[in-house]
Amino acid sequence: MKELFTDSVYFGVLISLAAYGIGVLMKKKFKLAIFNPVLVAIVFIIGFLLIFDMDYASYSNGAKYISYLLTPATICLAVPLYEQFELLKKNMTAVMLGIVSGVLTSLTCILAFAIFFSLDHTEYVTFLPKSVTTAIGMGISEELGGSVAISVGVIIITGVFGNMFAEFICKVFRITEPIAKGIGIGSASHVIGTSKALEMGEVEGAMSSLSIVVAGLITVAGAAVFANFL
Amino acid sequence: MKYLKQIGIIIFISFLGEVLSRVIPLPVAASVYGIVILFLCLNFKIVKVSDIKETCKFLIDIMPLMFVPAAVGLIALWDVLKTSWLVYLIITLLSTYVVMIVSGHVTQFIVKRKNRIER
Repeated sequence: MKELFTDSVYFGVLISLAAYGIGVLMKKKFKLAIFNPVLVAIVFIIGFLLIFDMDYASYSNGAKYISYLLTPATICLAVPLYEQFELLKKNMTAVMLGIVSGVLTSLTCILAFAIFFSLDHTEYVTFLPKSVTTAIGMGISEELGGSVAISVGVIIITGVFGNMFAEFICKVFRITEPIAKGIGIGSASHVIGTSKALEMGEVEGAMSSLSIVVAGLITVAGAAVFANFL
Repeated sequence: MKYLKQIGIIIFISFLGEVLSRVIPLPVAASVYGIVILFLCLNFKIVKVSDIKETCKFLIDIMPLMFVPAAVGLIALWDVLKTSWLVYLIITLLSTYVVMIVSGHVTQFIVKRKNRIER
């Protein structure tokens, strides 16, 4: 009976869609940031696998086809970017300095926390690429000798928390310019944050999309330098 | 035919990005090369937004879902994480918001100053 689920190619996709759908409904009903659909889906699926004693492989057997779409989807972010390109050109200095400051802040923060919590070198480099999109972050982590699997987890949690509280942070810390919101969200929480920025507005979404690319590229170089500091 | 063309363009650019990421010895993902390629194609009118619009909207809409499988993979790491997950979580949370605030404010400061000067 259990094989019907563990050997299925569709089960992993189905439960992902269902869990994400439940997350969307909960978000609508309770209007609380904590009911973020991605987070709800992760918790729900992990719970399901544990309760029915299924291993990750039987889930990812089908669910991997969802991940397959990530590259094409990320590429599509070029469209909002293109549509806001005039605005971007007009604010080039602000945008570039904003992203560079974001990358430097991220790397410095990780260094400071690593010293404070006395992490070892492997843990430290695992965290360095945490604000960039998974595909780039995995590459950086691997190159610097980090634990790639943990980096992926940290990157996704970063994105989810960025997505969850982006509106709250912008409000409380008085980030009101749409350009600044987009750059802040994208530099801090990559693609997952960007999906929130796109909900907030076209300008926010476009700037956040740009941040993924630029922050990703700067982090490749920046993380290699920072890796020598601990 | 419409969707065949749209998906075809996007997958073709994904493939080009993949090729570049393998040929160029940097840890830069296929998706990043892909964004740049698609942007250049749009900018130089090789591809029109209307050529890919609906498929792009669909993919961007469901993009958050695409991170779920990898995140669920964290359960396979539980043995490694169980001693230090709280520290990891604190680092992840705090640094994310610090970056968002600093980066947002630096951008906002320059945008506002520029608008003031222009006025």
